Amino acid sequence: MATEPLFEYLLRLGDNGLILGHRLSEWCGHGPVLEEDLALTNVALDLIGQATLWLNLAGQVEGSGRDADQLAYLRDARAFRNLLLVEQPNGHFGHTIARQLYFDAWYYLLLQGLTGSVNPQIAEIAAKSLKEVDYHRARSSEWVVTLGDGTEDSHDKMQEAIDDLWMYTGELFEPDPVDQALLADGIAVDPTGLKGPWLHYLETVLEEATLALPKASWMQRGGKQGVHSENLGFILADMQFLQRAYPNATW
Amino acid sequence: METLTTLPTVEEIWTWLDAVPDPEIPVISVVDLGIVREVGWNDEELVVKITPTYSGCPATSVIAHDIEQALRQRGIETLRLETQLSPPWTTDWLTDAGRTKLRDYGIAPPERKVTDGPMPIRFQRQQAVECPHCGSTRTKRISQFGSTPCKALYRCQDCLEPFDYFKCL
Repeated sequence: MATEPLFEYLLRLGDNGLILGHRLSEWCGHGPVLEEDLALTNVALDLIGQATLWLNLAGQVEGSGRDADQLAYLRDARAFRNLLLVEQPNGHFGHTIARQLYFDAWYYLLLQGLTGSVNPQIAEIAAKSLKEVDYHRARSSEWVVTLGDGTEDSHDKMQEAIDDLWMYTGELFEPDPVDQALLADGIAVDPTGLKGPWLHYLETVLEEATLALPKASWMQRGGKQGVHSENLGFILADMQFLQRAYPNATW
Repeated sequence: METLTTLPTVEEIWTWLDAVPDPEIPVISVVDLGIVREVGWNDEELVVKITPTYSGCPATSVIAHDIEQALRQRGIETLRLETQLSPPWTTDWLTDAGRTKLRDYGIAPPERKVTDGPMPIRFQRQQAVECPHCGSTRTKRISQFGSTPCKALYRCQDCLEPFDYFKCL
């Protein structure tokens, strides 16, 4: 099928926002302060809005009549294509922020590249999302600096979070046959090329935050291909419960 | 509901749309906000193109509904609303009238033009936001997000009033 890599690629884009948006929404009512509660859930709202655009397009490309809701609520874990990074638990606030910085810095660069995609629908969703992600990236960067260059305790917790999540950053930059098929057509962005600018941005933030870049280590991989950590099943059990228990429910 | 004998002009329709308030910030209209991108007749069918502000803004579907209702009440029967993503909405499209109305309502209009490039790492380095109550620029951000995705929360250090700031996008 000619559209298959494109469908896969769009699922990856959509699932990242959907799953990270869900994770962030778990903070609702639990934020350390009211302002953070609002901020985390507003970032979640942006990401879920973007996911809706990506997944509707995925459904359109697939041509089987599935829309964003059906793709979000009626697929099982192995059919999800999000990065392992975004399904990692919220942990303490530092973990949530480290996960966000890694993701935002990468997603920003990816979207920037995708604004030049030969697929006009991808280019316009990317241009729309990029503006929102610019703000997210500034926010997560600022928090890393505030906490890293804060008290001894906040510094240590921020460093711990930066180190703990490092092993999930490898697959952000690993191309696979889906990427390669679309790269040749000028639709996708080469993930390998994002690594340099991502590292450079990260080093700038971490330096200002008085934090150390984690040392090279074993990298986990598989999310893009549907091989997930144990976390995703729990997320879906929560997120999909209503549609599974009451099929076609609307309100 | 009115019954129309002749099709209204595009200019008339813009005037009608300018009376449709934004559901979240009712002091400005959907036209002030810059989300109505195009109005035109396609034979006897009226086509209105609207663009979302933020991707996940829950007001988007309410806005589409309000626009449709307002036009139907004016007697427009054949109507099509289209969503247009490109070019993406920017706060640069807020009309001058809209900016003034926002300020009068107590919401600081966006300061920085989005053409300025990516955000700095530390928000504090950004341009000061002017207090809509007393005009002081000695203001402090309390939260990067406020009551809606498009706003942030600030406080004036002179008149001590808190206020919403309509963020740049």
